[in-house]
Amino acid sequence: MSAATIVSLPDQATARIPKDNYLTRENGILSWLLTQDHKRIGILYLISMTFFFFIGGALAGMIRLELLTPQSDLMAADTYNKVFTMHGIIMIFFFLVPSVPGALGNFFLPMMIGAKDLALPKMNLASWYFYMAGGILALWAMITGGVDTGWTFTTPLSTHYVNTNVITTGLAIFITGFSSIFTGLNFIVTIHKMRAPGMTWFRLPLFIWANYAASILMVLGTPVLAIAIVLVALERAFGIGVFDPTKGGDPLLFQHLFWFYSHPAVYIMILPGMGVISEVVSTFSRKRVFGYTAVAFSSVAIAVFGFFVWAHHMFIMGVSSYAVLVFSLLTMLVAVPSAIKIFNWAFTLYKGSITFETPMIYAFGFMGLFTIGGMTGVFLGVSGTDIHLTETYFIVAHFHFVMVGGMLMAFLAGIHFWWPKMTGRMYPEKISQLAAVITFIGFNFTFFPQFILGTLGMPRRYASYPPEFQVLNVLSTAGATILGVGYLLPVLYLIWSLKYGKIAGDNPWQATGLEWQTQSPPLTENFAVMPIMDHEAYDYEWLERQTEARQKAKEVTSVG
Amino acid sequence: MSHISPVLWQFLIKWLTHFAVFPPEASRIAPQLDALYFFIVLVSLIGLTIVVLLVASFSILYHKNRHPVAVQIEGSTLLEATWTIIPLGLFLMMFVWGAIIYFRVFTPPPNAMNIYVVGKQWMWKAEHEGGQHEINTLHVPLGQPVQLTMISQDVFHSLSIPAFRIKREVIPGRYTTVWFEATQIGTFHLFCTQYCGTNHSQMIGDVIVLSPEDYKAWLASSTSGMSLAQDGERLFASLSCAACHNTRPDARGPSLAGVYNAKLTLANGQKITADDAYLRESILNPSQHITQGFAPIMPTYQGQISEEGVVALVEYIKHLDSDYRVQQTTTTTDMLPESGGKAAPADSTTAPGKVNP
Repeated sequence: MSAATIVSLPDQATARIPKDNYLTRENGILSWLLTQDHKRIGILYLISMTFFFFIGGALAGMIRLELLTPQSDLMAADTYNKVFTMHGIIMIFFFLVPSVPGALGNFFLPMMIGAKDLALPKMNLASWYFYMAGGILALWAMITGGVDTGWTFTTPLSTHYVNTNVITTGLAIFITGFSSIFTGLNFIVTIHKMRAPGMTWFRLPLFIWANYAASILMVLGTPVLAIAIVLVALERAFGIGVFDPTKGGDPLLFQHLFWFYSHPAVYIMILPGMGVISEVVSTFSRKRVFGYTAVAFSSVAIAVFGFFVWAHHMFIMGVSSYAVLVFSLLTMLVAVPSAIKIFNWAFTLYKGSITFETPMIYAFGFMGLFTIGGMTGVFLGVSGTDIHLTETYFIVAHFHFVMVGGMLMAFLAGIHFWWPKMTGRMYPEKISQLAAVITFIGFNFTFFPQFILGTLGMPRRYASYPPEFQVLNVLSTAGATILGVGYLLPVLYLIWSLKYGKIAGDNPWQATGLEWQTQSPPLTENFAVMPIMDHEAYDYEWLERQTEARQKAKEVTSVG
Repeated sequence: MSHISPVLWQFLIKWLTHFAVFPPEASRIAPQLDALYFFIVLVSLIGLTIVVLLVASFSILYHKNRHPVAVQIEGSTLLEATWTIIPLGLFLMMFVWGAIIYFRVFTPPPNAMNIYVVGKQWMWKAEHEGGQHEINTLHVPLGQPVQLTMISQDVFHSLSIPAFRIKREVIPGRYTTVWFEATQIGTFHLFCTQYCGTNHSQMIGDVIVLSPEDYKAWLASSTSGMSLAQDGERLFASLSCAACHNTRPDARGPSLAGVYNAKLTLANGQKITADDAYLRESILNPSQHITQGFAPIMPTYQGQISEEGVVALVEYIKHLDSDYRVQQTTTTTDMLPESGGKAAPADSTTAPGKVNP
């Protein structure tokens, strides 16, 4: 890879981190715990979700180690069941759902629309406390015996048969749901009411569109999950018989309620990540995102269609064949906006001026892995092939390609993209590029063999398996160790960069977003002067004129 | 090569000799489902290749070194339409093809023989019509459509036979069915694929496909001497079902002779076909399904009969094509010592003599 780069850093000899910024304005632990500054809340989210990510990751490591051999030998079957259950719950509810909105959205959404803060700062802080309360309760449930229902809480297993901390864990998820709802509500209000002058809907960065769509899903979907969990808890504690067939209940009803949230939830997880990719691809190819309106509306289309496909999780569960037809058809429709996005990002590169800084490498990784993840989703949305592939490792591989290959890659792209703005410092470029490549390779090694395992019929959630599946499982575990290295590296060099990184300056990537037109790290008020949006999003010519004007002004003052 | 560690060596040998990449195609539907599978694989590969080629070639052509100044382009409606319509068309094609396969997998042919399967934590029980009971194995004949009527005793299970490309959730409280026609003799995996608790991964078994002759031999050697319907008859007698369900004019319950697959009118006017699911529901939850002209006096048998017992009863009722057997069963009931003193059976046996001229 050649040395071509767009990074333009200030002269390191004279550059200083601005004395007054959101990090230095106030000091002490209470100034963080009681902050209403969206940026500090974003940082709180970032730290806490990284913590949960590594707990979830350690559990994933235990799963892969157990599956190294066909027998259930590293841990007892019960332990294995608890481990994969907690892996799913922690990764989904305490990492993937809040990741981009909680950390990057909180931090950058107001800055990108030129606002001082989110519309409801106290609610924003409350959302973090709900998140933490839920997270700590979930960990407590894990330590005091765990839960072994799978993250899907299938009834009547969860209501009548297991003897573990179902209610505590359910309560943890219930509480965390409020943090989702608060964040979504806050984003919707902020995007509607707090845009800077001139920031019309079609001048919004695509990250905002994506988060807007995800917020709608959070606000409308999460309450249904809350209802489902409350019903499970009531049935478990008092035997109310909503799901219990011996009392006239219907266990399929739980499936409907659960997936009515949990399918849109995958879009809650992936949409904000798609927003990140739009920002990154545009910045590092110096071009407006190809087909801006198509990308913006495809986010909305995903949010709308996303609500009408939940029963594709139930094709073999004995729902009516005609329901299967309808939901399979709608699932085909929801695949289209994702395809539109991928092609638009690819064509954003066309006639661009492309460089390969770390965020761009992660974004490329995202495009490749998300394409595979999306196409394998079609295998499962098609009712015929779903029969053979569902409930096997094929589905495990599919959603890890979308959630880890897609979402986590996008999250890391976003972290690397905005890190200089958040901290005012650059991370070491070469090692971070290496980490991105390691992650990509490790990821494919880990999850591609699982597609083959699934096609062979290996069921998911098995502590032991027939010996002919071992070779592919060994490959997958080997890949997971590479992946682990890929995830540990960024933690190390990002922390290192806090003290030793080069000073980034206001706009190291020469990006057009409003968040880059202020100092790094930003002021508590974000902008010294209220910004006025007098150009389209991703207008690189405007940025050039702006830079020239600034340079001229500097020359004049230095001459004068 | 001797310095390679024996573990690694073993692993390499295993790699070379046991590297399964595709499951056997051992049922009538398997090649059809695989054709669709490979079609989607092909489309995916083409799609992925297009994306990778676009990204790679643009990355080379428009690298900053080669192309220092970007050309700003708004977008292209024509291109947007292209990559909306072509994927949509392909997806719709897959949808239709998939739906055809789906209906084939779940629509059994009329000549399918039935085997009952009861799933429970953590085993599969198969109940053959001839009274053969199996646990975690399922013997089936080659070239004969077999329908599985399945129910769970406790939690959700899912019966999966990858070599046949079939899978169906096994649910408490309702029968689900799936069918297949084996086309290859051999032993294949039978998995539970719905997480069902501690020993989920032990809830596995073998499907053994036998040639029709071997199958006949197996049937003959494995029967318990009583057919499933006879098991049901015994249960029918011990529960004194015939006390009410008989054809006498004063019978308190509807006659069950020929009831299977008959069209019934319920007390609330609803018309219903008396299939397996209806018969099961009427035993466990009778007050919900009162046949027109009868009083809701039947007690529930929920929790008193296992799912295997219900299966046997249903099988018995299916075979009741005349009242003769009920009469026989009634007689048997009378001979049981513990029911001798009870009023109901005694009453019902004496009733015909009194009322009928």
